[in-house]
Amino acid sequence: MSAFLEVQNLSVSFPTEDGLVKATNDISYSVNLGETLAIVGESGSGKSVTNLAVMGLHNPAKTEISGKAILNLPSGPIDVISAPEEEVRKLRGSAMSMIFQDPMSSLHPYYSVGDQISEAWLLYNKGDKKAARNRSIEMLDLVGIPDPHKRVDEFPHQFSGGMRQRVMIAMALINNPKLLIADEPTTALDVTVQSQILQLIRDMQKEFNMAVILITHDLGVVAQVANRVCVMYAGKIVEESTIDDIFYDSTHPYSIGLLASIPRVDKYHGERLKVISGQPPSLINLPSGCSFQPRCEFAKYVPGNKCGIETPSLSQISTNHKVSCHLDKTQVQQLKKQAM
Amino acid sequence: MLKYIGRRVAYTLAILVLISLVVYLIFDVLPMDPARLTCGKTCRPDVVEANRHRLGLDVSVWQQWWRFIVGLFKGRDYAEGVAAFHCPAPSFGYSFNRHECVSKLIGQAFPVTFSLALGAFVMWLALGVSLGVWAARNKGKFVDRASTTFVLVGTSLPTFISGILILLFIVVKFNLVSPIDLGKWHNPFTDPFGWIKTFFFPCLTLALAYAASYTRFTRSNVIETTAEDFIRTAKAKGLSARTIMRKHTLRAALAPIVTIAGLDFAGLLGGAIITEGIFNLPGLGRLSIRAVLQDYDLPVIVATTLLAAAFVVFMNLIVDILYAFIDPRVRVA
Repeated sequence: MSAFLEVQNLSVSFPTEDGLVKATNDISYSVNLGETLAIVGESGSGKSVTNLAVMGLHNPAKTEISGKAILNLPSGPIDVISAPEEEVRKLRGSAMSMIFQDPMSSLHPYYSVGDQISEAWLLYNKGDKKAARNRSIEMLDLVGIPDPHKRVDEFPHQFSGGMRQRVMIAMALINNPKLLIADEPTTALDVTVQSQILQLIRDMQKEFNMAVILITHDLGVVAQVANRVCVMYAGKIVEESTIDDIFYDSTHPYSIGLLASIPRVDKYHGERLKVISGQPPSLINLPSGCSFQPRCEFAKYVPGNKCGIETPSLSQISTNHKVSCHLDKTQVQQLKKQAM
Repeated sequence: MLKYIGRRVAYTLAILVLISLVVYLIFDVLPMDPARLTCGKTCRPDVVEANRHRLGLDVSVWQQWWRFIVGLFKGRDYAEGVAAFHCPAPSFGYSFNRHECVSKLIGQAFPVTFSLALGAFVMWLALGVSLGVWAARNKGKFVDRASTTFVLVGTSLPTFISGILILLFIVVKFNLVSPIDLGKWHNPFTDPFGWIKTFFFPCLTLALAYAASYTRFTRSNVIETTAEDFIRTAKAKGLSARTIMRKHTLRAALAPIVTIAGLDFAGLLGGAIITEGIFNLPGLGRLSIRAVLQDYDLPVIVATTLLAAAFVVFMNLIVDILYAFIDPRVRVA
C-alpha cells in the first residue's frame, strides 16, 4: 500500500536580506492512513516549515519551495507543491487539515465558535446555516465539549485553552480530512490538558482513519501517540525510525543527546541535566559536512575529519530505521555506553 | 448591557455638568469685564453697573452657573419692562453683542458645521480606508509607495494651506463655485445641488487631512492582522483569499477605526475653525472664534464649548456601545 502523503526531496527556503535561509533541505518522509508520524526537533529545525509547505500556507512571494508532496487521494495522486493554488486551496480543510500551537490566537476573536466551525463545513457541503450549526454541535460533542448546544454560540475568549484546542480540532475535522497535521498542539497547554488533547487526537484518528503528522519537540508526547518518528536537525531528517527504535535503539548522536536531556525523576538525583552543548547552526551558513558535527560528541571518533567534509546521507540501518551518520550502529552503541 | 449604558449615560451627564462649571470658573478669573465693554470710554459707572445687572453678571459665578443650568431646562427671561424678552428652553443664554438667543445662533450654525463634518467624514473614511486596504494588499509595490507619499503630503499639509490651494487653484481658477456663493447655506433637502456646491470643496479640504492618517492606520492594521494566527487558520480551512480578506482580516483590522473615526467626527462637530474660515462658512467654529476674539461674548463661548464637549463625550459613549457589538470580548455582563 502506498502512503497517503509522500514528501519527496522537499526544500523550503526564505530569501532574506542576509541571504537565503534554508529552513528545510531536501527531506523526504511519508505517512500512511491510520498512522501517526511524529516529527521531532528543536525550534528552527524546520519541522513546522515543512508541513506548512505541504498545506500551502507559506506566502509564495517570500518562499522558495522545491520537491514534491504527493497526496494519494481516492481520485488519484496530486502533488500539492506544484498544483495550482486554487486546486490546493480546495484540498485544505477537506483532504488535509492543520491545527496549530497556540489555540488562544488561532481562533478569530470576533466570531462565535459555531460560526467558525460552520464556515468550514459550508465551504465543502451543500446545506444551509442551520444544518451547518447542527453539524457544528455534533462535532463539538464529538471532541468532548460539554453542553455543545449552549457553547456553540459562545466566543473563543469564553473557552479555556484546552477547550479552544478542541474547537480547533472540531473545525479541522468537520469535513473528514484524511490527513491531520498537528503543529505542537499541546505546547501551550498545561500537562493534564495535554494528555487529554493527545488522547482526543488519537480517538479522532481511529474514528476517521486519518494519517496524522504530529510536530513536537516533546519526546514525551511522541512516546504517547506516535507510531514512527522523524528527528530533524537544521532542516534535515537525521534519524527516522519506529517509536520503539527511537527510545531503545537511537543511533544518531543528536537523537541520543535529545533523549539524554529529558529530565527524569527516577535518575540523576542532584545532578545537572544533560544538555547538548553549543547552539543550533545558522540556517544561512550551514556548517560544511554534517550540520550537527560542531556540537557532536562523537565526531572526534570518526577518522580524518570526515564529519566536517562530507554530508552523511540518510541510510537504512535496519527495517524501518534510517540514520544519517558516518558512524555505524555498533560504533555508536559502544560510544553511547561509554558516555553514560 | 442596559445597566452598562445607563451607568455610562449618568457618567456622561456628570462630566458635562462639570465642564460647564469649569468654563464659568475660567471666565470668572479672566481679567476682562464684559459689562465694561458694553459702552465706550466715557461710560459712567452707574451705566456699567446697570449693564452688569442686565447681563446677569452682578451675581456670584456660582449663581450665574446655576441660572444657566436652570435656563437649559426652563428657558430664561432677560431685562425688565418693555425691553423684557424670553429665550425658550433649551436656553444657552442671550448674546448681547448679537442680540439673539444663543440657541438660535447655534441653530443657524450647527447645520453648516454638521454638513461639513459629515461630508468630510464620509469622504475621508471612503478614501482613507480603501487606499489603506489597497496599499496593504500590495505591500512594497507601487500602489503602496504612492499611498505612503500621499500620507506624507496629507499629514504635513495643514488645512490652512491645502484649503487655500484648493480655493485658489480649483474653485476660483476653474470658476467651479462663484466666490459670492461660497459659504452660502442651501438646504440639502430642497436644494441638494446647491448644498453640494457649497460643501464639496470644504469637505474635501478637511477630508484630505484626515484621510492621510486613516490610510496609514488602515494599512498598518491590515498588514498586522494578516500576520495573525487566526488568519492562518482561516487559510488552513480552505477559504479563498477574497473571503479571508473580507470576512476575517477586515473585520478585525477595521474595528479600531470605529473608535478613532467616531472621536474625530465628534471633534469636528464642535466646529472646524480653519476650514470654516477659509471657505467663509458660518458654522460653529466661526461662531465661537468670533465670540472669543471679537465680542468676548460669554454666553456664546459657554454654549459652543459645552456643545463641543458634549459631542465628544456622547460620541465616546456611542463608540463604546458600538464596539461592544463589534468585539464580543468587550461585551460586559
